[in-house]
Amino acid sequence: MRRFLTGLVFFVILIGGFILLSRSAPLQILTPQGPVAGEEYHLITTAIGLMLIVVIPVFILLFFFAWRYRAGNEKAVYLPNWEHSRLDECIWWAVPTLIVAALAVLTWQSTHALDPYRPLSATTTPLSVDVVALDWKWLFIYPAQGIASVNYLEIPAGTPINLYLTADAPMNSFWVPELSGQIYAMPGMSTELHIEASGAGAYGGMSANFSGDGFSGMQFLVHSVPEGEFNTWVAGVRYASSTLSWNIYETLAKPSENNPVQTFSAVSPALYTQIIDTYMTPSSTSM
Amino acid sequence: MRVESTQEFSLAERTTFGFWVYLMSDCLLFASLFAVYAVLHANTFGGPSLGSLFSLPTALRETLILLTSSFTAGLALLSANRGKVGHTIAWLSATALLGAAFLAIEWSDFASLARGGSGPSRSGALSSFFALVGTHGAHVTLGALWMLFLIVSIALRGLTPPTLRRLTCLVLFWHFLDLVWIFIFSIVYLMGAF
Amino acid sequence: MSLFGTLSPEALPQNPIVWAAAVFMALVVLGIVFLLTYFKRWRWLWGEWLTSLDPKRIGIMYLIAALVMLLRGFIDAAMMRAQQSLSVGASQGYLTPNHFDQIFTAHGTIMIFFAAMGLMWGVINLIVPLQIGSRDVAFPLLNALSLWLFIAGALLVNASLVIGEFAATGWLAYPPLSELAYSPGVGVDYWIWALLISGVGSTLSGINFFTTISTMRAPGMTLMKMPIFVWTVLSAMVLVIFAFPVLTATVGLLFLDRFADMHFFTAGYGGNMMMYVNLIWAWGHPEVYILVLPAFGIYSEIVPVFSQKRLFGYTSMVIATIAITALSFSVWVHHFFTMGAGADVNAFFGIMTMIIAIPTGVKIFNWLFTMYRGRILFYSPMYWFLGFVVLFTIGGMAGVLLAIPGADFQLHNSLFLVAHFHTMIISGVLFGYFAGFTYWFPKFFGFTLDERWGIRAFWCWFIGFLLAFVPLYILGFMGATRRLAHYPAGLGWQGLFIVAAVGVAVIALGALCQIIQVIVSLRGRDLRRAGSDPWNGRTLEWATHTPVPSYSFAHIPSVEARDALWDSKQRGDKEVSSYEAIALPRNSALGLIMGVLSFSIGFGMVWHIFWLAIGAFLGIVLCLMVRSFNEDTEYITSAEEVARSEHSYLGV
Repeated sequence: MRRFLTGLVFFVILIGGFILLSRSAPLQILTPQGPVAGEEYHLITTAIGLMLIVVIPVFILLFFFAWRYRAGNEKAVYLPNWEHSRLDECIWWAVPTLIVAALAVLTWQSTHALDPYRPLSATTTPLSVDVVALDWKWLFIYPAQGIASVNYLEIPAGTPINLYLTADAPMNSFWVPELSGQIYAMPGMSTELHIEASGAGAYGGMSANFSGDGFSGMQFLVHSVPEGEFNTWVAGVRYASSTLSWNIYETLAKPSENNPVQTFSAVSPALYTQIIDTYMTPSSTSM
Repeated sequence: MRVESTQEFSLAERTTFGFWVYLMSDCLLFASLFAVYAVLHANTFGGPSLGSLFSLPTALRETLILLTSSFTAGLALLSANRGKVGHTIAWLSATALLGAAFLAIEWSDFASLARGGSGPSRSGALSSFFALVGTHGAHVTLGALWMLFLIVSIALRGLTPPTLRRLTCLVLFWHFLDLVWIFIFSIVYLMGAF
Repeated sequence: MSLFGTLSPEALPQNPIVWAAAVFMALVVLGIVFLLTYFKRWRWLWGEWLTSLDPKRIGIMYLIAALVMLLRGFIDAAMMRAQQSLSVGASQGYLTPNHFDQIFTAHGTIMIFFAAMGLMWGVINLIVPLQIGSRDVAFPLLNALSLWLFIAGALLVNASLVIGEFAATGWLAYPPLSELAYSPGVGVDYWIWALLISGVGSTLSGINFFTTISTMRAPGMTLMKMPIFVWTVLSAMVLVIFAFPVLTATVGLLFLDRFADMHFFTAGYGGNMMMYVNLIWAWGHPEVYILVLPAFGIYSEIVPVFSQKRLFGYTSMVIATIAITALSFSVWVHHFFTMGAGADVNAFFGIMTMIIAIPTGVKIFNWLFTMYRGRILFYSPMYWFLGFVVLFTIGGMAGVLLAIPGADFQLHNSLFLVAHFHTMIISGVLFGYFAGFTYWFPKFFGFTLDERWGIRAFWCWFIGFLLAFVPLYILGFMGATRRLAHYPAGLGWQGLFIVAAVGVAVIALGALCQIIQVIVSLRGRDLRRAGSDPWNGRTLEWATHTPVPSYSFAHIPSVEARDALWDSKQRGDKEVSSYEAIALPRNSALGLIMGVLSFSIGFGMVWHIFWLAIGAFLGIVLCLMVRSFNEDTEYITSAEEVARSEHSYLGV
């Protein structure tokens, strides 16, 4: 009994320690800042709840049986040849099956609702941004605005953002945990992701798929601001900074690590397609 | 001296069984290559389509040669089971020759493709074609070499249980390659042509 | 073309950490050579071990190789956690990013292909023939060849540490990162050849054991009388036979991309990198079950023996095993829901994945109800089992969560995922083999392992595991991705990484306890002598003597019921006292020679030393020819010798 209590105290300390440590930084997935991440968060908690219906009985049975039927306990019934009970077995084929059936319905519905290709419903006009994963930084092209930025994505709050993603580098994965789940960015292909930030704020984003030596530095900032402030930023970038021709793009695309934020004006809206096309047809490399 | 044996299966039966299992795993190798071909065969990267590169009569000739060789391989096994060393060697030699003829045609086909700038590194489509057909060709090459070696073994030792066991496996292998070729012919050449 | 291909003195290590590792490895090798020479054991090593075709010897060699690789993989893990505890903000830690990348690639490759697979092949070699009442496997030389191909692959991975570099791409080497354009060095080539060579070995082993179980069971042992461990191995072998050729094809095509400028998976030129991801996981997911099914089988042997009761729900167990086997080929897309497939595809594969949780759950309930109304003896294998159920259930819950695409978008590639699969593999695979190791150890060495150190080892592993991996679950929720060589200060992650590193240290203590356990048990072995059946076993491996004679069984047992030995003990069967001659395979060096030649092919291809690769290939062909002309492959133990040996065991 004393050993049991020591063990119990130990595990309580352990769990307490983990809870304390988990407060050292925000649990971004559990504190969503946009509708997509919000739904994903609810999905995670619902699924955990459903699974506990099986998991908790397993734990109780495990420890109860282990204690009750220990060899030293002569009082417990001992049936060395009992090996089959149709009813019992039917129960534990049936219960997990029912729970998986419930989870399957949840999965089917949520997968369609959270399909990254599905545009978000909104009253405002969505903003389109083309995302290019480079070695080892992110290029964000705003085709309608004719501007681009590196490792910095400014978006208007409350507006759906339609992201089109590719890579001019190995496979990467675009992830801003507080706003939505991730999607791969791959060379020669275009994937889509729809995100939205509910309010103003700054959210960390990164590449989630290992892409080489500079991978750890592929962090970027998503800055969600009110509509007016966003327009001011766009205007500032459009008139004040350096341009992004194909030649400059090619220099930018060369491997580099931990790039600072950069902004470009006079960006061709066709740049994104041109980047993809370099992988699709022979010798189409210059503008 | 009597050696205790309680096994239900003889060594020969076990070997044949094991060889069947090996063929099953080899099927998966080819299945992977077929899948790769299915995914990549249209990815010509600006080059000509695969169908326009192949000559159906050549492929048909290859098919007939391989089918005939499968028949002669079967005859070799029949002769061996009847204990006829001479016939076995004769039919095996015929099979090996047909195999060599198949390989010669395939090789010249590959060489002319490569000369025309349609080698395996031209595009994903051509890579997948050379990988699939080339892996089959490599199997045929190994099978033919195995056959030559077995002809020598049978000539030296006669139709002993080990040579007979190996012959059974080789003939299975040869039929299997024939079957794979039928799929290659239908999927790569016939479907490519139409 | 120079004589040594692209190999040049620059390939030698440039970095003090690698130098130290190289010197350490050289010292270990020299130490072993010295000991063997000093104790004049070379002939013993050659005759009793290296050329042996006895699956019991081969199994032990697999285990030794796997444990060495486990240690190597563990050191890699410790280095990773140390780096991540240090490299925050301005500090870059003690490893360069490229070195860190090589370490996590090596860690994954080694742990799956050479530690876990090696443990599995070892246990299968030791136990399967005995449990089915057979003296041997179907193809003994092929079995030795598989072992040496496995060791050749493992040596290639280790050679890359000293000569050149290893892949820095992650353990599955996704293209286009693993293509020549982004990884021009020899690292990926080492990875490719290590996997090709050991993969061929695995396929051959799969064929061998599938044939063994199918055709060499003792008379009377129908399929439904086989021990569950044999069932799980049979299922795992089916998976090996179907999955490993896919791996060989995939990695082979990656080799052609790199070597022959082909375009299967390249970015551009019509290559398709998503196809690689599909193909590699069409192998990769069944691989998980290849490892875990035999471990489930081990638990299914241990729980009845230590509960002193029949296994509950044998038929359910068999059905569940077969269901897992069949389903494991229909779930691979769940490894890349985030690649942009449509919602229908993602939802289908998500649901298929969850369905696997049903048979797995049934297995757990059956084990629990085996304990129910039993008389449970708490030897250390039962500790591993209980720890397994606790962790595996939690990990399984995380797994079902990851199977829901909407949730996976948030959890994929994060440390949550890393924590999930380590929970499954450490509790499901490693704990299982540890339990099996303790359980079967006396059968092969004649004495039981010390319980006190065994239980200490368990607690260190269990608590160390929690300390090492619970922080990773939490970090995953914080948005920390895997494979980070460095992260910014201000994220608040460092504390958790430090706790995880402490967990690794506690696990190291657990491993130390296990080493002490073996030493203590060895020194006190005279007090710990085990008879042929120390646990009051139920299956046929306990029906023969301890340590097991070379011929395993003097008489092939005949089987009338499940739990064949238990059944025979209940009926009070008598030993037969007349003996007959037994034929067993002679030793052969060909497996070892072909292993060395395969290593040469791999090394030659990595460094473009083509004369070596071609020469070694011709050498293998020559070996096969030599073998086919050798018809004297068996030796006979006469009836008198068998009788003498049997009497000495029985003390007559």
